[in-house]
Amino acid sequence: MAQSAVAQPTASPTTPTAVPAKLPISAIAPWAVFFGILMLVLLYFVGAEQGATSLVSGEGVHEWVHDARHLLGFPCH
Amino acid sequence: MNSATVRNLLVRGMLAGLAAGLLALVVAYFLGEPRVDQAIAFEEAHAHEHGGEELVSRTLQSTAGLSTGVLVYGVAFGGIAALAYCFALGRTGRFGPRASALLLAAAGLVAVYVVPFLKYPANPPAVGDPDTLDQRTTLYFLMVVLSVLLAVGTVILGKRLAPRLGNWNATVAAGAFFVLVVGLAYALLPSYSNVPEGFPATLLWQYRLAALAVQVTLWTAYGLLFGLLAERVLTPRTAAGPEGAAARATPVPH
Repeated sequence: MAQSAVAQPTASPTTPTAVPAKLPISAIAPWAVFFGILMLVLLYFVGAEQGATSLVSGEGVHEWVHDARHLLGFPCH
Repeated sequence: MNSATVRNLLVRGMLAGLAAGLLALVVAYFLGEPRVDQAIAFEEAHAHEHGGEELVSRTLQSTAGLSTGVLVYGVAFGGIAALAYCFALGRTGRFGPRASALLLAAAGLVAVYVVPFLKYPANPPAVGDPDTLDQRTTLYFLMVVLSVLLAVGTVILGKRLAPRLGNWNATVAAGAFFVLVVGLAYALLPSYSNVPEGFPATLLWQYRLAALAVQVTLWTAYGLLFGLLAERVLTPRTAAGPEGAAARATPVPH
């Protein structure tokens, strides 16, 4: 342990990691809005549809993802 | 160019989420499913009547259904985390692409799952009163949103305090702020505990540990994998090419 701790500063072959440049907000925003909403809709269908609220009638979605909903920690029934 | 970087990171985030979801699925199937089956066996032994035929068979629920849910969850959070990564990159401190990804995944695990889980833990079948489902669902999602916003606020607070307190103390102070507000939310929000009489305590404990293991697997695998992929997207930009060098040399004023 002590040996490697001593050796590391001199032996380290990697240069210090360059901090990545910032990505401008204007480049992120369109992706974030469109895909962010899409992803949230997906999560809604896995996590809550046909439980507390229902967009599609019946029990099919709820029953299909039943086990996943339980094991991912969403309130199921 | 920047928009293409965002797109590349987003696509890789979703792929990393899918791969992490596959690992989480293995954990869910082998650690989680036996407990779900035991809980359902308890439920059926104690049910007054179990009316209605099964819409989806248990075999399908525990294989195809479970896979659908876990993989969609992985892809969705992979995408969202990749977008958060785009915002965080270069704005949260002197972290490289891989360290940023792992830190982000750790923050995601805590904010999206662990904090809500400690107040509203995962329940196996048979646990939980169907009459309170609406409140529990609302409160669970509220807790997730609250905790994510609070985590973002904590990072911003830490950044603000850093020039005055130094990085270490600023991080500790912001962390203490996070814990304090979470504790306050725990104290003020209502709790629900509807464990039926005779439900084995060990089963409940093991079930909840399994649920936690699924999430730890998902987010850890995501952080490691996405970091690797993100580094490949970002490194050519910073290492070679006149555009990359120019982008790094000028402090971007956007």
